[in-house]
Amino acid sequence: MNTLNTDANIAKPDDFYARLLALHEGKSKSESDAINARLVLILCNHIGDSEVLEQAFELACEN
Amino acid sequence: MLQDRYQLAHKVYPYERSPDQDRDSAVRHPVVIVGGGPIGVALALDLGQQNIPVLVLDDHEGIGLGSRAICFAKRCLEIADRYGCGEPMLEKGVVWNLGKVFHKDAKVFEFNLLPESGHQFPAFINLQQPYFELCLVERLRALQAEGAPIEIRGKNSVEAVDVRNDHAALDVMTPDGPYKIEADWLVACDGANSPLRDMLGLGFTGKVFQDSFLIADIRMKGDAEFPTERWFWFEPSHGEGASTLLHKQPDDIWRVDFQIGWDVDRTEELKEANVRRRLDAFLGGASYELVWSSIYTFQCKRMDSFRHDRILFAGDAAHQVSPFGARGANSGMQDVDNLGWKLGLVIQGLAPEVLLDTYSEERVYGADENILNSTRSTDFITPKTEISKIFRDAVLTLARKAKFARPLVNSGRLSIPCIYDDGPLNGPDALEGGPAVTRVGAPMVDAPVDGAWLLGQFGGGFCLLTINTEAPEILDFGGIPVSCVSVSAHDNPELGERYLGAAKTAVYLIRPDQHVAARWDSFDETEVRKALHTAIGRT
Ligand SMILES: Cc1cc2nc3c(=O)[nH]c(=O)nc-3n(C[C@H](O)[C@H](O)[C@H](O)COP(=O)(O)OP(=O)(O)OC[C@H]3O[C@@H](n4cnc5c(N)ncnc54)[C@H](O)[C@@H]3O)c2cc1C
Repeated sequence: MNTLNTDANIAKPDDFYARLLALHEGKSKSESDAINARLVLILCNHIGDSEVLEQAFELACEN
Repeated sequence: MLQDRYQLAHKVYPYERSPDQDRDSAVRHPVVIVGGGPIGVALALDLGQQNIPVLVLDDHEGIGLGSRAICFAKRCLEIADRYGCGEPMLEKGVVWNLGKVFHKDAKVFEFNLLPESGHQFPAFINLQQPYFELCLVERLRALQAEGAPIEIRGKNSVEAVDVRNDHAALDVMTPDGPYKIEADWLVACDGANSPLRDMLGLGFTGKVFQDSFLIADIRMKGDAEFPTERWFWFEPSHGEGASTLLHKQPDDIWRVDFQIGWDVDRTEELKEANVRRRLDAFLGGASYELVWSSIYTFQCKRMDSFRHDRILFAGDAAHQVSPFGARGANSGMQDVDNLGWKLGLVIQGLAPEVLLDTYSEERVYGADENILNSTRSTDFITPKTEISKIFRDAVLTLARKAKFARPLVNSGRLSIPCIYDDGPLNGPDALEGGPAVTRVGAPMVDAPVDGAWLLGQFGGGFCLLTINTEAPEILDFGGIPVSCVSVSAHDNPELGERYLGAAKTAVYLIRPDQHVAARWDSFDETEVRKALHTAIGRT
């Protein structure tokens, strides 16, 4: 089974995080929602592997 | 009193008094079918071709006006061809391959069904339902002329049913008053509102969708150019509504289907001026004649079981789906395909009655698949929550630029036949390297053979298909003949690809409905006998 990588995998975490938030700067709630949805779809497609996706879905749903 | 519920397009079975009406006691028939819609008539063709006496009762005198179904799928045409009327449908129908999807004003993408070569029938034709039904009834008349024991009685309304030990008793109303008949086997093909289902107090469960659709069939006048394509709009900016579909039919008629919401005043919306207001906004000034219009709502429901002892349910009476995907009539035809031979064998005493339970099992499985697909389409077209609307719009926006999002766009997944994986009648799938498309449970896939079509040589009875190997021309297993069709895959790559895969030789056992019952790499009589027994419910 392919496993979801939950180790740190992003080289510059602070830069990444700032960049992610910057996507939403000056955007209305509905524009932001749309960007998030498109981003999720793009990334899911990039991953492709349904086993990995399933683990990501589960992790996302945990509180 | 007999009240017409709809106008007729073709009065093809006018009322005639039957001798049954003058008898003191009820006449017993082997099979009575209630409902002379497409599904009831198709079943009569199946049984009539097997020489099983069958009587069809319908409360009208022919085919209803108004088109309803327009998309007929390949498998449906192949089944019709088995009944001898696939070609006239194909000849009259419009073949289309190109589809375009729009969101608001912008084109999202287009797709081509890219027909695969080496099939007698295309993936789809568009044909008004009355034409489809007319082809079936004309075939029924031709079979009658050849002496097939089929009878159809118009203006014979079934008013009550009484289930007895080994038959069902019916009260039938006619313009000459009531009479009674009995049926060893009763098949309810009486449509989505099935009076028989109600009379028997049987449930029909599922979801009602809170939406309605205004359909208009229009004939274009002047030189307005509309292509032979399927155009689908999500949230069209012309006119209101969640979606609009434009689709070509024969006779220069186009179907326009507006999704108009739940809280609508039907009478008001159906006034010609209001229908035209929507059409004008949509067509922008083109001139047209309004041929037919109607408003419909839909539900995705099915019965728990399609067999209730001596009574079987088929078509819309057994299950109903949303029209997205064209799975109504198309799946009803698969019901008939599945039921006809089983009922035939049971009536002839060649198979046990439990075979009829497998009709319910296999077709409930099919109905669930259809309901799942059409519910998913409906949820995509009319998102039910805020977040599902956000994702839906994200898919549509991305699909313009990114190929990956296009398969996610769901404006109706067009009907494909059900494969009875793990079905109760399946025998061994023992062809190593055999292709998945023709695995056990699947309907056969067509291929060209020696200037003819493979499928044309199957159906009706059990058959062996041998490829690059031999089997006896005819075998007999306890009164059930199995004939053999032997073909070579040399210089026939389509046949090889569809039936051999990585194997060198193959032997397929084919059911009368052209589904694969078992497959091996070589012929072995004991194996074939075992698989045949499994396929007819003998244990
Ligand atoms: C708008 C619309 C679009 C559609 N598009 C498609 C499509 O593109 N492709 C597709 O495959 N399907 C489509 N469908 C579905 C298709 O029309 C139905 O699935 C099909 O008509 C079902 O056939 P049936 O014979 O089961 O029932 P019906 O066609 O409803 O026939 C039932 C018959 O039984 C008779 N009857 C009823 N009660 C009695 C009684 N008590 N006694 C005697 N007779 C009785 C009726 O008069 C009728 O003749 C569409 C449906 C709609 C509404």
